[in-house]
Amino acid sequence: MEHITTYWQALPPNLQLLLFNVGKVLAVMVPLMLSVAYLTYAERKIIGFMQVRMGPSRVGPKGLLQPIADGVKLMFKEVILPANANRFMFYLAPVLALGPALAAWAVIPFNEVAVIADLDAGLLYVLALTSMAVYGVIIAGWASNSKYAFLGAMRSAAQIVAYEIAMGFALVGVLMASGSLNLGKIVLAQQGGLLNWFWLPLFPLFMVYLISGVAETNRAPFDVAEGESEIVAGFHVEYSGIAFALFFLAEYANIIMIAALTAVMFTGGWLSPFTGVLPAGVFQWPVIGYLLGDGVHWFLLKTASFIFIFLWLRATFPRYRYDQIMRLGWKVFIPVTIIWLSVEGVAAYYRIGPWFD
Amino acid sequence: MSFELFVFYLFAAIMLFAAFRVITVRNPVHAALFLVLAFASSSALWLLLEAEFLAITLILVYVGAVLVLFLFVVMMLDINLTPLREGFIRYLPVAVLIAIVMVAQMVMVLGPQRFGLDQMPAPPRQPATYSNTEELGLLLYTEYLYPFEIAALILLVAIIAAIALTMRKRPETKYQNPGEQVTVKKQERLRIVKMDSE
Repeated sequence: MEHITTYWQALPPNLQLLLFNVGKVLAVMVPLMLSVAYLTYAERKIIGFMQVRMGPSRVGPKGLLQPIADGVKLMFKEVILPANANRFMFYLAPVLALGPALAAWAVIPFNEVAVIADLDAGLLYVLALTSMAVYGVIIAGWASNSKYAFLGAMRSAAQIVAYEIAMGFALVGVLMASGSLNLGKIVLAQQGGLLNWFWLPLFPLFMVYLISGVAETNRAPFDVAEGESEIVAGFHVEYSGIAFALFFLAEYANIIMIAALTAVMFTGGWLSPFTGVLPAGVFQWPVIGYLLGDGVHWFLLKTASFIFIFLWLRATFPRYRYDQIMRLGWKVFIPVTIIWLSVEGVAAYYRIGPWFD
Repeated sequence: MSFELFVFYLFAAIMLFAAFRVITVRNPVHAALFLVLAFASSSALWLLLEAEFLAITLILVYVGAVLVLFLFVVMMLDINLTPLREGFIRYLPVAVLIAIVMVAQMVMVLGPQRFGLDQMPAPPRQPATYSNTEELGLLLYTEYLYPFEIAALILLVAIIAAIALTMRKRPETKYQNPGEQVTVKKQERLRIVKMDSE
């Protein structure tokens, strides 16, 4: 151990900073990529059980090696470039889809100290990056030189632009209630147990955000961009092998990110729901106290439950028609958010509401 | 050369290159994508100026929304590019003249006589706790409250005007009323006929 410290101190400070930051990024990225891989397994298993069938069960014990088998298979497949497709754009699109989905994790706070970059404008950063995600889809659809891909890209672009507005308004509500754009401070503003989290006073915004999140990630029932019964597979119909795998990873990384953001903004991130409910002495007990108190495990649990809602929705609802999607985004969600923002403005002016104690 | 200066020149070079390519590439979709690159690098320059709010807003508004709609339209256009390029040589002298006049104006207005370091010294470095977003918010909602509200009102009027101009009821378009759709009852749609099996 002493050897390592001396070696570490011998490094120039710039290199130390670089290594430290790369280490932090890896500490988030490696578990994230693993969870993305196993989210595909979880999705197939959960939807399988909902539809009274087994799901993957052949590769490894209980099918647990299925995602690895899928990954290896995709890696060794040929990536086919369609005739007359734009080569550079075609290969750039999957990278543009995955990049923002991973970069947004930089500001997500796991607990009070564990965050890669403690940005003051963290919420804006997240909004900017989620709005960048549409480029991967559009460029993929355009560069594929295929009508199905292009139709999928157009649908997806219109849908993401429409739902981004409602999503942005919902987040305006969160920053009005917390008085900060810093995600860590937003969580700290919700201190004090289950009933002090923002999901209760901002319930309409919470619902709008969650549903818009499903629409933003192009998941069922909003998956007209893929729409396998109408346009084969939408924007990524021409992609094969690892290029397709990148789109797949991007979709699941986006799901995890939206779920994590919902956990941070509306259900108190790493905060425990039992603060203020159970007597304070309980939190001093050796192991149970730690489990019941604030901590990363609560953040992970909340994120996992929101991810479960994504899968549940997919197994439950038929796909929306395109005009219904547009109506829901523009004519229902945006008015709902605007009305609740004015209600919240009045509440903030007269200092009523649970978040001003 | 310090690292910061290196980053500045890097992004400035990328931005100039992208802006140049916006007007020179043949394919309009590529032009729009180069515009995205130009916006992204100018946002990086703003980050260097410690204006993170403006930098992120530029990405959010222009890259995330405006240019997506641009691309949306440009990709669906089916334009033949050759007629657009005719007469390039013929109009070149006029274009060069206008360009020279514009550059001269910009040099005269923004040149070192007015914006040199002796006229406008570099602002002091802010401490790490400085929040650009908070400072902007404070200024916008105190000192510049009325100009801000007036600008917001003008934008609102523009939005309403744009919607009013494009919204016209065409008789041949078929609409569905989802409110009516969900109130439909089984009795209105379904008729069960009892008949013997054949």
